[in-house]
Amino acid sequence: MSRPELQAPPEIYYGDAEAKKYTQNTRNQQIQRDMTYRALELLALPSDQPAFLLDIGCGSGLSGEILDEEGYVWAGVDIAPSMLEVALEREVEGDLFLQDIGQGFGFRPGSFDGAISISVLQWLLNAETSHPTSSPPHRLNRFFTTLHSALRNPSRVVLQFYPSSDDQIQLITSVAQKAGFGGGIVVDYPNSKKARKVFLCLLVGGGVGQQQVPQGLQGEEEEDSKARCERRREREKLRTKSGKRKSVKDKDWILKKKELYRKRGKEGVPNDSKYTGRKRRAVF
Amino acid sequence: MMDVEEERLCLFGIADCSLLPPTIMVRLITHNLLACHAKDCNANNFPLQFKDVKLEFREADFNPDFLKGFMPKIEWKALVDTARELGDTSLPLEQPEMLDDDFLKNLHHVLLEIHVEEGSMTCPNCNHVYPISNGIPNMLLAEHEIG
Repeated sequence: MSRPELQAPPEIYYGDAEAKKYTQNTRNQQIQRDMTYRALELLALPSDQPAFLLDIGCGSGLSGEILDEEGYVWAGVDIAPSMLEVALEREVEGDLFLQDIGQGFGFRPGSFDGAISISVLQWLLNAETSHPTSSPPHRLNRFFTTLHSALRNPSRVVLQFYPSSDDQIQLITSVAQKAGFGGGIVVDYPNSKKARKVFLCLLVGGGVGQQQVPQGLQGEEEEDSKARCERRREREKLRTKSGKRKSVKDKDWILKKKELYRKRGKEGVPNDSKYTGRKRRAVF
Repeated sequence: MMDVEEERLCLFGIADCSLLPPTIMVRLITHNLLACHAKDCNANNFPLQFKDVKLEFREADFNPDFLKGFMPKIEWKALVDTARELGDTSLPLEQPEMLDDDFLKNLHHVLLEIHVEEGSMTCPNCNHVYPISNGIPNMLLAEHEIG
């Protein structure tokens, strides 16, 4: 299956069924949660002042919930009505807007102390119609210029997205620069295929040296970020030296189980002996 | 503009609305930041005028630090006018120098506790109507209105 942004426009792809599915999927929730915390970390807001944030592509409010928990006041925009409906059901605290970010925002200058966006920007890279306002560069330009003016000086925007090529990154950063943003791309775990995450970290204002693009996380991914089945797969890789797969229910396992049963007071647990866990001969 | 009679009718709806389960709405905090973003609509496009509104009041946590930090961003006249239009006259016409507790409580109520659930917002310049349903304003533009 190809990537969702190539299948249909967001307001259609995230219909009623997909919106529910997306929100209820615990793996999605976990990923969204991790990325929101990371985005907030990159946002590096001053801790003494409660901030007013914009969540771009807020969807069903999965990241909005974290903003609530962290004590931020926020407003969210999304283009998919079904996702917003789910957000309504989940009773998130922020104000929601049905808005196409490619058409630009109408917020007054200096409205927000910062903005985050999780897994959204790639949706701007496809043209839906042949109208000139529908071309990706035009939509990106509209998005970044109106976003830049809606932000306070100094502030930051952190946009996590899934680029499918370096050309896309190039296009996005060049449009953002033309709109007046400083900053650049931050890549977490650049050498990992799965944990690799691309953040566009944009800076508004601030003199030279005052604001710097943060570093991406290096090295191996954390244990927690692995999927459950990934770990199982690794365990299955552990085979005996002879190349045969190690039996799961070997002698150790049997002894452990019997010990457990004895501890629980189960009756009739066989005694341990040198024959425990040994294979019967073929003639038996 | 709404006439007085109509406005009163809308306000009478409040008591009934407050019985509904709480949901999110447009609050004046975001309304005060929102200008029209249609093509070539650059002047006199703020504030958007509420029309046929259904209001709901919902308590929010009082956070004086946030309000103090937010004060410089507020277009005061627009906020007071809109609040009065919605029937709340607790704010003074001039932005006060001294921020006492009573004032901050009133400001908190106006900014964060008045929710517009249904109705529409109209741009005073180009007359574009942004409908509000279920508390979510529809900010989508038609193709010829995109800047």
